[in-house]
Amino acid sequence: MAKAVFRASLAAVGLVWVLAAQTVLAADAKRYVVEGSRAAELDSCVEPTERMRRMHMDFIKHQRISTVHEGIRSTKYSLTGCVDCHISYDAQAQPQPIDRPDQFCGACHAYVAVDLNCFDCHASVPNHAGLDAEAQAAHRAAGVKLPDQSGRNGESH
Amino acid sequence: MKDKTDRGGPQVDSSRRKFIGVAAGVSAAMVAPGVILHSVSAAPRSEPVTSAVRWGLLVDTAKCADGCSACVDACNQENGLNLQDKPEGLSEPKWDSQKALWIRKIKLQDNQTGRITNLPMMCQHCEHPPCVDVCPTGASFKRADGIVMVDRHTCIGCRYCMIACPYKARSFIHHDTNDQLTRAPRGKGCVESCNLCVHRRDTGEDSTACVDACAAEGHHAIVFGDLKDPESRISQQLRDMPSRQVREDLALNTGVRYSGV
Repeated sequence: MAKAVFRASLAAVGLVWVLAAQTVLAADAKRYVVEGSRAAELDSCVEPTERMRRMHMDFIKHQRISTVHEGIRSTKYSLTGCVDCHISYDAQAQPQPIDRPDQFCGACHAYVAVDLNCFDCHASVPNHAGLDAEAQAAHRAAGVKLPDQSGRNGESH
Repeated sequence: MKDKTDRGGPQVDSSRRKFIGVAAGVSAAMVAPGVILHSVSAAPRSEPVTSAVRWGLLVDTAKCADGCSACVDACNQENGLNLQDKPEGLSEPKWDSQKALWIRKIKLQDNQTGRITNLPMMCQHCEHPPCVDVCPTGASFKRADGIVMVDRHTCIGCRYCMIACPYKARSFIHHDTNDQLTRAPRGKGCVESCNLCVHRRDTGEDSTACVDACAAEGHHAIVFGDLKDPESRISQQLRDMPSRQVREDLALNTGVRYSGV
């Protein structure tokens, strides 16, 4: 009998701890979404936030194969999509490279100490004319010159 | 072609015809969304590329002007090659020979007759590409639609493909790169070459940067198109005028053909 009571009380204490830890975590959980980016205005990414936090690398790893080898460029997951939506702009309306330690990708990767290699090769700012209408409207609202008018060498034609 | 259809014979089973009509309608309805996707230039591809098409180029060297570099410049701009910066401490001539270049203008002279021929040389998009044969990681590959390209996610930068290529078409990125274009990723330690403006292929545009530039200059020396479609302009021109593959002795069946060489 005494044993059973002891076991039950242990379980109760454990449960309380788990709940307490979760509350603390929820309060502590830092949001890495940068204010002023389009993502800051949305409830969640292309998947629920929890899923994105754990699995974003898997999503784009599978997507990159279908894009490079099969030419499919309309997937829900895309690195270009990450950059377009999570990019923020400084006071001069210049896009801030997303892998910088104070920006969306860079900040979280610095926190978890995981190397971020995507932007060794890929553009870390939206550097293309093909932004969708919603993004263009958002960027215009933020007073940002669109990339195709920015006079960059590669975009001036 | 017409002969064959006329030889149908006097007895025709009309129910068969009806069935074929229905079948054609159904398949048209199934294919139609794809066709519409193709004609709207902004819609990105959502189905895997197939071997129903094979992209290629035909260069008419008679129209390729001496001293003109419109195709090279357009290629550099389209694929962000003009954004490469010379690393500090590297001499100018060394940088010129080392920086990535997808199209080279080549001038040939026949020493006996003195005849000079100009032509652009780029990846020839072989049916049997030696670069793909030698790649140890599978990074160098041929897409179903005939485009030979590099998957830089798996490229380890060994440069076997550069040595295997008979056309000297590939470049290696030796230094860290910044300010890439979204459509043209580029990074240190990977090999790259002409990919027939693959981003344009996947968004349904109907030409490449070099072809557009050559036409804008008024030369119209390069034609781009589907080698498997007998009605495409490139197929018609290949039928009409004599053309050759460079190093046809290697039997690589190149997707880029030249006339007048």
